[in-house]
Amino acid sequence: MMRRETILNLLVFLALPAVALAALALDEPFTITLATRAAILALAAVGLNLALGLGGLVSLGHAVFFGLGGYAMGILASHAQSYAPLDLGLFVIDGTKSMPVIWLVAISVSALAALLIGLLALRTTGVYFIMITLAFGQMFYYFTISWPAYGGEDGLSIYVRNSFPGLNTLDPVQFFGLVFALLALVLWIMGRIERSAFGLALGTARQNATRVETVGLSPFKLRLVAFVISGAVTGLAGALFADLNRFVSPTMFSWQMSGEFIVFIVLGGIGRLFGPVVGACLFVLLEHLLSGVSEFWLIYLGAILLFVVLFARGGVIGALVGQGGRHE
Amino acid sequence: MTFKQLMAATCVAALGTAAQADGVKVGMITTLSGGGAGLGIDVRDGFLLATKGNDDIELVIEDDQRKPDIAVQLADKMIQSEKVDVMTGIIWSNLAMAVVPAATAQGKFYLSPNAGPSALAGKGCHENYFNVSWQNDAFSEAAGTALSGEAGKVFLMAPNYPAGQDIMAGFKRTYQGEIAAEVYTKLGQTDYAAEIAQMRASDADQIYFFLPGGMGISFMKQYAGSGVDKPVSGPAFSFDQGILGAIGDAAVGAKNTAHWSKDLDVPGNADFVAAFEAEFGRLPSIYAAQGYDTGLLLASAAAKADVNDADAFRAALKEADFQSVRGKFSFAANNHPVQDIYMREVVKEGDLVTNRIVGTAATDHSDPYGADCKL
Amino acid sequence: MGWMSALLLIEQVLNGLQSGIMLFLMAAGLTLIFGVMGLINLAHGSLYMIGAFAAAAVAGATGSFVLALAASLVAAAAAGAVIEVAVIRRLYDRDHLDQVLATFALILILSEGTRWVFGSFPLYLDVPAALAGPVTLPGGIQYPAYRLLIIVVGLLVAAGLFLLIARTRIGIQIRAGESDREMIAALGVDISRLYTLVFALGAALAGLAGALVGAIQSVQVGMGEPVLILAFVVIVIGGIGSIKGALVGALLVGLTDTLGGVLLPLALSGVMEASAATSVGSALASMSIYILMAIVLIFRPTGLYGTA
Repeated sequence: MMRRETILNLLVFLALPAVALAALALDEPFTITLATRAAILALAAVGLNLALGLGGLVSLGHAVFFGLGGYAMGILASHAQSYAPLDLGLFVIDGTKSMPVIWLVAISVSALAALLIGLLALRTTGVYFIMITLAFGQMFYYFTISWPAYGGEDGLSIYVRNSFPGLNTLDPVQFFGLVFALLALVLWIMGRIERSAFGLALGTARQNATRVETVGLSPFKLRLVAFVISGAVTGLAGALFADLNRFVSPTMFSWQMSGEFIVFIVLGGIGRLFGPVVGACLFVLLEHLLSGVSEFWLIYLGAILLFVVLFARGGVIGALVGQGGRHE
Repeated sequence: MTFKQLMAATCVAALGTAAQADGVKVGMITTLSGGGAGLGIDVRDGFLLATKGNDDIELVIEDDQRKPDIAVQLADKMIQSEKVDVMTGIIWSNLAMAVVPAATAQGKFYLSPNAGPSALAGKGCHENYFNVSWQNDAFSEAAGTALSGEAGKVFLMAPNYPAGQDIMAGFKRTYQGEIAAEVYTKLGQTDYAAEIAQMRASDADQIYFFLPGGMGISFMKQYAGSGVDKPVSGPAFSFDQGILGAIGDAAVGAKNTAHWSKDLDVPGNADFVAAFEAEFGRLPSIYAAQGYDTGLLLASAAAKADVNDADAFRAALKEADFQSVRGKFSFAANNHPVQDIYMREVVKEGDLVTNRIVGTAATDHSDPYGADCKL
Repeated sequence: MGWMSALLLIEQVLNGLQSGIMLFLMAAGLTLIFGVMGLINLAHGSLYMIGAFAAAAVAGATGSFVLALAASLVAAAAAGAVIEVAVIRRLYDRDHLDQVLATFALILILSEGTRWVFGSFPLYLDVPAALAGPVTLPGGIQYPAYRLLIIVVGLLVAAGLFLLIARTRIGIQIRAGESDREMIAALGVDISRLYTLVFALGAALAGLAGALVGAIQSVQVGMGEPVLILAFVVIVIGGIGSIKGALVGALLVGLTDTLGGVLLPLALSGVMEASAATSVGSALASMSIYILMAIVLIFRPTGLYGTA
């Protein structure tokens, strides 16, 4: 028999394409855009969830990778747009409007950044880790604001969405399909990682670091690998987010962005594979509905969030399937 | 009438027009929550006042929270779901850069009630993009001209971001004199003790700065307490009605350039100021005046042409056939304003700190980027 | 270096110290709350804002700066006590993640609630007339009198806090609570009352900082967040829970921020052209305190005075 949580996961997961298809039938393209936004934010939070949910690393700086992914897209596409090659000092490359290439660059750049940040930040734990990741986020944020080459605070506009072989990405539903397929792929990979020897060791290191040390594994290395994979996935989401908006700006690096990723995870249910997906969908829905209700809608959002943290500790999934967080 | 009643009236008017084929549906994306909400609320209220009771105009208002990605999302919503004809409302240059090119590329009209990034005035200009406020450099270009010859050595200060650099570039473009120093501060900086010390130590005769919103309030209060007595001036953004109340006496005497002032003696302006104050219980700011003019411009075009006939509607907008509260107003070839810019001085009228016009800084000013615009 | 620029440098050092003291007022409450209750309070910036708004409202109604300062203390302490009883005390047993989120939610509620009450436009709050101008310091440095007041108040608060913790009954309970919660409960101390008291004290310090700083900055919604982040940088550098660390961290951050903004563009103008030096220098300066924090944490993962 399937567990109630598995059924719920499937329902939520299939709700996204169902909403998109219904919107297509009803000619409501904006609803498809909302579903795409939810799927991309979910992807970013799925990335963070590996570090946070499984690894116990509360990173308040994942916006760094989100932003790097976004700027990878923005910079490559703007060079393609202006036909000006990108001079990297050692070698010169052409800009590109091909999504797969952009994704690859976004993933590599974010992974590299996660490796460097992780090497430094993982020396600390607890609140210090939260704060040092926040500090890295702020460094990138202020740097992009004051760096004039790619628009500074104005950001970069890309007029036409980048291309993917065989698809018309400007069509909202085709772009949604692409994003959804990536989300499904990443969720599948994350599920595999969780159940792998690496995932088990990482989870054990969170609960009791000495236990993994006694079997000859280094908690530091486990966490570093998790942090790098986590950053790479969030970077991919950043590239997609930039393509959704056809725009990148330093706000992608802001600490509020990092905070929102954490909110998605906790809203959905921490330590659950589908938690970030549920959380991101719910957040996008709330944002959309509440902002129409009142000029002071952020008060309601805050109250809902507060209620979930205080009284619904397993998040929405926990409340619906009637059990606490899976890792508790 | 209270604000709620006004909103209700607008909505009723909106419902009434929904059935008419020739109504114009307007999507307003502006900042209504968070720290920068004051500017958006002024633009919105000015626009509402200008279009009050106008059956041709149906208005949808959304809050962008000053976040570019939210603004982009709302623009998609306005275009894809609400199917608006005209968009307006954005306050900040970076949000405008995120929204305007995409909106005009999809055949929508965009009327800018604030913000005029240089990229949209030059190479990036578009036949459907009309700037009803100013190109970012305009106020400082006018100030540079007006201060030439009398200000001596000038100390420049602005936040280190594109609009700050643009505005300082505008001043340097027209100022005939020496620049003593040029300082760029952190965006959102709240303490200016270090910069004030540099001002004191420098041999500058005058300070010219651009620090919008809370940054300007902080700087002016700290400058007043520092005992440095070099005259200060800047574009109107740091001296506008919405924030003068918060700066208080510390601002008195500061010169600033703007295209509008509440004491500007042109037809309709006194009525606008009185109506705005009666409606909303506060004095209008330049943002309110820009919102008001945007509403008037739109109404004038809607009365002349059907928005579904894009060419006719565009031509009607370009005529700018409305009585601007700024007096003379027309569009240059790049759809940016040709207007007079005044030198204002902050004065005290009884207990009220406000602006008074002391001269004209530039006549028929238009921006220099139009040369790159292929319209 | 000429006499004039030496004087300027001294003045800038003074500015850095003064900005550090302002930060200390904010950071002291934050680190105290963390030290005693183990709580990360992101809503500390909102208490700072509440203090500033209360001061502006009272100053507007009465014209008295002293009453305004008193109002900021009372309002922030009262808000702190209410928040502690209603929300915060449910978070002591939770992990840091829940604390971050719940207090993040509080920021949303308090910021927008303040905007709902006071409107969207900045409020007026000015320094008292007696302290409005500059005073001349030895060496001919002109320095704003009000900023000297901030330095004095900050040092008094620092001294008061050290005395409170070292010499008073409450201080003994606080120190006991930091090291062993069960023990003070066993000693018959009403622990929940102690926690409410400490939280209200931290809130009152934040409120006082908001009012003092609000008089020379902008009293507006959202004023608390930038300073909150700075205060976190301060307590992380100093070592979380350590008042001494907060003082040292605050001075380090104040000096780095102030001198970085002045000296970096100057230093770079030697190696590149003027406008590029200004822009690169200010970019680096805006990152400087975060770089400082990263460096400190890399070498001392629990801050300068922190214990693991």
